[in-house]
Amino acid sequence: MRSLSRALPLLLAVLLLLIWEVGTRISGIAPFILPPPSLVAARFAQAWGDGTMIRHLIPTVLEVTIGGLLGGLLGLLIGVGLGLSGAARRLASPYLVAAQSTPILALGPLLVLWFGPGAAAKIAICALITLFPVAIATLVAIRDADRGLLELGRTLGASPLQSLLLIRLPSARSGIFAGARVAATLAVVGAIVGEWLGGSSGLGVLVNLARGSLFDTPLLFAALIQIAILGASAYALVLAAERLSGKIQR
Amino acid sequence: MGSALELRSVTFAFGQRTVLDRISLSVSAGECVALLGANGSGKTTLLRLAAGLLRPLSGEVFVAGSPASAGRADLGLAFQDARLLDWRSALRNVTLPLELARMSIADARVVASEALARVSATAIADRSPNELSGGQRQRVALARALVRRPSLILLDEPFAALDAPTRGRLDEELPELIGGAAALFVTHDVAEALLVADRVLLLSDRGVIGAEVAGFRSLPLAERRRALRSTDGLAVQTSLLAVLNGAVDA
Repeated sequence: MRSLSRALPLLLAVLLLLIWEVGTRISGIAPFILPPPSLVAARFAQAWGDGTMIRHLIPTVLEVTIGGLLGGLLGLLIGVGLGLSGAARRLASPYLVAAQSTPILALGPLLVLWFGPGAAAKIAICALITLFPVAIATLVAIRDADRGLLELGRTLGASPLQSLLLIRLPSARSGIFAGARVAATLAVVGAIVGEWLGGSSGLGVLVNLARGSLFDTPLLFAALIQIAILGASAYALVLAAERLSGKIQR
Repeated sequence: MGSALELRSVTFAFGQRTVLDRISLSVSAGECVALLGANGSGKTTLLRLAAGLLRPLSGEVFVAGSPASAGRADLGLAFQDARLLDWRSALRNVTLPLELARMSIADARVVASEALARVSATAIADRSPNELSGGQRQRVALARALVRRPSLILLDEPFAALDAPTRGRLDEELPELIGGAAALFVTHDVAEALLVADRVLLLSDRGVIGAEVAGFRSLPLAERRRALRSTDGLAVQTSLLAVLNGAVDA
């Protein structure tokens, strides 16, 4: 029964692909409107074979990695600071909420203006978009740490730093990683948005090229699939880091 | 023998409600005193004052001759809820006080293993707290309270949430488990108080010592249960219960 329930998502995907394949062929929809999955798969393989995909994937991966780590680290520091200090929380919370509700698309042109059309602007966008979920999740997890455990730390003579490192942060691990999981997928979104706003390489640029000058819809789909794989990989990496940190803590 | 714990005319109130009214008591080195009282009689408050987690409105609290303060290495504390860090193994929970005292992890593991052996919990050293029964959790909490070999241990109804057989077993073992340390054991169970303590103090309304009787701790293990069921033992329990019930009715 368990192996069947595990296989179900895969079976559903096969079924949907079959419907898509048969549907596009029977209906006669033009491939530049909706290409069948077989054509998308062939284009995906071709893009990997001729080096197109890897050329655009590497810059995006770098932007997601550097921007995501930078934003995650800053979010963690801000979240810890605000989680520990009620006064800082009251002071900064309205600005944090206001900044979070500003669409990154609206900020993008400003960041490109400040950092130029190179990788720096895209990294900044990734960092900004990942900062907020990590900061908010960390703030809540640190603020709501178990009072009983904190009191235990006091009775054992824990200094404020020891209390943070040995009690608050470990107990906040699940909450922080929940924010990091959201941030991982958002980092990919940030990189693509940044690449749309300008630049010469990256999966966002490839999407633009396939949609515009090349008019290559199968390539557009192949790029979208690659973006989805990248997002899922980033998510999986965060999950793996969470599991690893759990093992280290024990 | 000097006093491991001494309260001199201590008064404490939560707002307008006086919880302890000029209470004085003393626990000698190596002595186990049970503090018996109904819910709301101020037992836990008294324990928290002794642990330095609360400060008295008036009067003084001394531990081993110096003013009570939180985080003393010569004081161990076990709570009603075990307060284990769920992300650490049982062994790493016991190493916590040693890590906070900046002992190396390798040395802390050795010392903590000895403490777990003292409470007969070696077999569960590598288990997560989530995998432990209530009794096992309390054994780990006891090992953590004892690991720095404190001269005074404060026990706040540590077995209250356990099933009757486990509680009975731990009550019998407790005098040996705490060894030569002085102990203040808070409970609302008359039989438990007599079983574990050298002296039983009954805390009546507003934290006044209402009665004081000798406990059975000094007797050999097999004799304690017998003493509890003897005519004299039953008479003592009846009289203590009468005072306790009177305090509740009042």
